[in-house]
Amino acid sequence: MNKLLTVSPSPHIKGDESIRKIMYGVVLAMLPAFAMSVMFFGWDSVKVTLTAVAASVFFEYVIQKYIMKVRPTVDDGSAIVTGILLAFNVPVGLPVWLIVLGALVAIGVGKMSFGGLGQNPFNPALVGRVFLLISFPVQMTTWTANKVVADGFSGATPLGLLKEGLKNGETIPQITSQLPSHFDLFWGNMSGSLGEISAVALLLGGVYMLWKKIISWHTPVAVLGTIFIFEGILWLANPERFMDPMFHLFTGGAMLGAIFMATDMVSSPMTHMGKLIFGIGIGIITVLIRNFGAYPEGISFAILIMNAFTPLINAYVKPTRFGRVA
Amino acid sequence: MLKTFKMGGVHPAENKLSAGKAIEKLPLPTTVSIPVAQHIGAPATVVVKRGDEVKVGTVIAQSSGFVSTNIHSSVSGKVKKIDDVMDSSGYRKKAIIIDVAGDEWEQGIDTSDTLIKETHLNAKEINAKILAAGIVGLGGATFPTHVKLSPPPGMTAEVLLINGVECEPYLTSDHRLMLEKGAEIIAGTKLLMKSLGVNKAVIGIENNKPDAITRMQDLTANEPEISVQPLKVKYPQGGEKQLIKAVTGKEVPSGALPIAVGAVVNNVGTAFAVYEAVMKNKPLVERVVTVTGKSVKEPSNLMVRIGTPVTDLVEAAGGMPEDTGKVISGGPMMGRAITTLEVPVTKGTSGILLIRDEEAKRNEVEPCIRCGKCVTVCPMGLEPYLLMTMSEKKLWERSEDRHVMDCIECGSCSFTCPSNRPLLDYIRLGKGTVSKLIRARKSQN
Repeated sequence: MNKLLTVSPSPHIKGDESIRKIMYGVVLAMLPAFAMSVMFFGWDSVKVTLTAVAASVFFEYVIQKYIMKVRPTVDDGSAIVTGILLAFNVPVGLPVWLIVLGALVAIGVGKMSFGGLGQNPFNPALVGRVFLLISFPVQMTTWTANKVVADGFSGATPLGLLKEGLKNGETIPQITSQLPSHFDLFWGNMSGSLGEISAVALLLGGVYMLWKKIISWHTPVAVLGTIFIFEGILWLANPERFMDPMFHLFTGGAMLGAIFMATDMVSSPMTHMGKLIFGIGIGIITVLIRNFGAYPEGISFAILIMNAFTPLINAYVKPTRFGRVA
Repeated sequence: MLKTFKMGGVHPAENKLSAGKAIEKLPLPTTVSIPVAQHIGAPATVVVKRGDEVKVGTVIAQSSGFVSTNIHSSVSGKVKKIDDVMDSSGYRKKAIIIDVAGDEWEQGIDTSDTLIKETHLNAKEINAKILAAGIVGLGGATFPTHVKLSPPPGMTAEVLLINGVECEPYLTSDHRLMLEKGAEIIAGTKLLMKSLGVNKAVIGIENNKPDAITRMQDLTANEPEISVQPLKVKYPQGGEKQLIKAVTGKEVPSGALPIAVGAVVNNVGTAFAVYEAVMKNKPLVERVVTVTGKSVKEPSNLMVRIGTPVTDLVEAAGGMPEDTGKVISGGPMMGRAITTLEVPVTKGTSGILLIRDEEAKRNEVEPCIRCGKCVTVCPMGLEPYLLMTMSEKKLWERSEDRHVMDCIECGSCSFTCPSNRPLLDYIRLGKGTVSKLIRARKSQN
């Protein structure tokens, strides 16, 4: 027996978790929402998504190899997730060059400028999205009516219609008559960013990620629960001025944000309690922006704002310790 | 009803390959090397010299302090030399090397299988016999048992927990012992209860050993003071603090011993050894060792004399497979990798695990993605990712503030990390450094 034995400290076995498994699990969980967007927006949706993914992977590879001079790690799947999320957050008619620019900002500024995977304080896809929204507001709010319903709801998103209507002095019942039914909203039959429309498809992905333990229930439940309760209070207080809470759960990026972006491991807190606080914060800010802010939609901003609080939450919200002396 | 501890924990694949194999006696080796430090605490003092004739059970090294215990010869023969040998820690330590000449036992030792249930001995006498027999915790921690049985002044034991959890994957020595020596374990449990002066004992067994649960339940059917508690399968349930939490619902305070909540925990193997020591006058000269691994021809449970080289055990299990990449003394979660099969079996050796090449190497370390899984699985409620960073940055005071000393080194964090980060390695470094700082502070005051 001349063979050399490996000697290393315990543990000597390893569970089957890996970054790859997590990232490709997220990709898989986004497939239903992707399928729905293809169904509602047609092949343009595929074009936008593939462009965003290809650009994200390309920029990550180039930046790692030629600027950071490290071994590229694009095979870990994280750039693919960022690419899909970026695509999910833009209108389907967005020009290709803007998608590529968005990917550059998402990967270059949102992720690599902080050191790459695991170091970024903000969700990279949202950094890209908000950059585009602020810099190119017209292109970013030029909505394509979806292709399924023959009469088609007007190109504007339900949240956009709501904001516009309120500004023009219309009452909620008047606005509601121009909006899709709750069932259409839940199914995804409305205009909006390409991956955010179908609540049911996003929920399906969320259930898959919960089952695979990629996410915990704390963040999405806190976000959606807070939106529901807060909007519910406003609605009960003044139904002439505020829409019902279900409307708010099914429109805009509420589901996409709560399930796929607020749960981003890197930029959200570590502990369950921290995740709850983080989610409640996102919910409150979202409702404030939607009802009292300048934008019809606010969850992207809400998540980015709470991302900034993540280190603080991590520092102050410690896990319950075993045997702590009371 | 199944109980378990609440916080953290992981579910490694069980791989109990040798669970169906009855305990076999390993033939005597030609030479044994018996280290004098086989327990936590001061090494025992050698009392034999080269050329001395010894029998099985002859004291060859004597307890040298409170947290220390006796070492006996496990064979009969002649002391060949007293020299440093490599043990499973990887360090060379003093050992007594004996050439085996036969199997002659010291007088008064009862080597028969006859079950003796009753004794007239009182608590003090029982404790003295346990000390004399050199019994230590056989779960692997090797804490001298007589010390555990002497609660510090002002503290009293209320319940005795017998640890039959065996939550380490692969290991089956406790499982087999419960099946084959259950009655002796119960008798040992009663001796421990008498020694502690408690009238309640609970035997905790994980639910992946239903036959052992049934066996122990049958044996305790007429023992109102002893109950069997089936436990949900979850690692590290065999950890003292986790077991106490699972069975009694009480949490041992940070930095305190189990006795602080009135509990004393002993392994089933220890209870068996206590029975043999008190009822049969038999010192701790042999123990059950599981020899196993995915490529091992015949995974087995062997009754082995202390000091037998590990090579002999591996040979008995069909030899060392070609694809062995790592050999572990103990279980895969907390055991120690050994560099050579020439190390001797000691009182703390619960298993020998041969890991295949493909699983022997660690995976490449990737960046922390801050998933928080290490926090979720930590059974002590610590933040492993943070403790690792503090070790890397040498922030020892902050590491102490974040309770690095509470870590029980179960390895759940490293096991679960998707980025293959060596969390426990760095936490150990932190623990080592912080404990030095604490000692320095104490000596200053």
